[in-house]
Amino acid sequence: MLIKLLQRELLRHWRCRQDLINPLIFFILTVSLFPLAVTPDGQLLGQIGSGIIWVAALLAAMLSLESMYRDDYHDGTLELLLLQSGSSYTVVMAKIISHWLTTGLPLVIISPLLAVMMQISSEGITALMLTLLIGTPVLSLIGSVGMGLTVGLRQGGVLLSLLVLPLYIPILIFGASAVSAAAMGMDYSGQLAFMGAFLLGSISLVPLASVAAIRVSIR
Amino acid sequence: MNWQWFHRLSSPKWFYQISGSLLPWFWGISLILIVAGLYQGLYNSVIDYQQGSTVRIMYLHVPTAFASMMFYVVMAVAAAIGYIWRIKLAHMAAVSAAPVGAAMTLLALVTGSLWGKPIWNTWWVWDARLTSELILLFLYLGFMSLHQAFEDREVGDRAAGVLAMVGVINVPIIHFSVEWWNTLHQGATISKFEKPSMDPSMLIALLLMIFAVILFCSAVMMYRMRNEVLSREQSKSWVKEVIGQ
Repeated sequence: MLIKLLQRELLRHWRCRQDLINPLIFFILTVSLFPLAVTPDGQLLGQIGSGIIWVAALLAAMLSLESMYRDDYHDGTLELLLLQSGSSYTVVMAKIISHWLTTGLPLVIISPLLAVMMQISSEGITALMLTLLIGTPVLSLIGSVGMGLTVGLRQGGVLLSLLVLPLYIPILIFGASAVSAAAMGMDYSGQLAFMGAFLLGSISLVPLASVAAIRVSIR
Repeated sequence: MNWQWFHRLSSPKWFYQISGSLLPWFWGISLILIVAGLYQGLYNSVIDYQQGSTVRIMYLHVPTAFASMMFYVVMAVAAAIGYIWRIKLAHMAAVSAAPVGAAMTLLALVTGSLWGKPIWNTWWVWDARLTSELILLFLYLGFMSLHQAFEDREVGDRAAGVLAMVGVINVPIIHFSVEWWNTLHQGATISKFEKPSMDPSMLIALLLMIFAVILFCSAVMMYRMRNEVLSREQSKSWVKEVIGQ
């Protein structure tokens, strides 16, 4: 069942490819604004680059949450899916996994390019990819709760950022600090372990909250 | 087991009656405690040998910071009770607790920055406690605006309730990650397990103010709840009787 739902989700994403590309363009554009605004000086960029890339990834992941539920909610598909699939947990899980595959994973893949542009050292790049790989699923998971709560609202977008961004803070702190530690040649396994703990904790707990959230919105 | 008492406890009408007789006591005692606490704090307590009289900001800062966290837990527990057992009164409590907690968070931040200016020579530092207090304010604002965004109040109750429950699990995580990230704020001075490291006259003032602020917040919350009860139950006959008086 999960596989079938996942196939459907991925097909849906594939058919509106613009939604796939937009978060990536946003990600690249936001990061490239910073050297223009702050300084093109390579040494400073190397220091603040990890934070900038992480913040941009956070925002890109948040902005792409819309595509998770909105269309399916408005044409009634979501209601039918929840009614017919027998388990709302599976539906929500398929939505989260497909959201990560279509936005989180591309962010991870494109991040080394941006890291090179921001003059981050090669150790830093490895750390950046690793932390994004562990961190972006958490972003999709937590984001699904916020999106589930706001999907039925007209002015949901602004509200979504108010709900979701405070909850993203721990992942941002550990992700960005792991990268800057790695860039300075220090050990960052502690931060990675914390992020792994966040990932496991949120995989086990967040889908339940997400189901509750989407049930509130559907009724 | 007999659950009748539980359902009676959760009836808005019963709450309205009992809170009506309790409220004057809450107002009165909190007012007395505030006057006593402020007198003890502002005139009768010793001053810190390093900070001088600026230390007296503490008598407002610590109680409001304490209340800001306490009312988040109150709100989340009430929201969870309302969500799980579908008790309307609990949702009303959660909704009424949020603005009180948000106000206390704001007060703690403002008094904190007023205190920080003479002592740390800056209005704001990105220190762990300050940051997590700021995030707490955002969580409160998120709860309140999510609740207001729904036209149907009961859907709003349930949605905001889910958010409050997710938030309360996250608060310790946010707190510890921020703490690990950066800390400048002094550690907690009052602890249950150790002898407090401050002068008795300061401790008395501080404890008085903590109780005063908590009681005052509870009174405000109760007052808001009574309003909430009246506005939600306005079609019921007992409310019409109350208003018609």
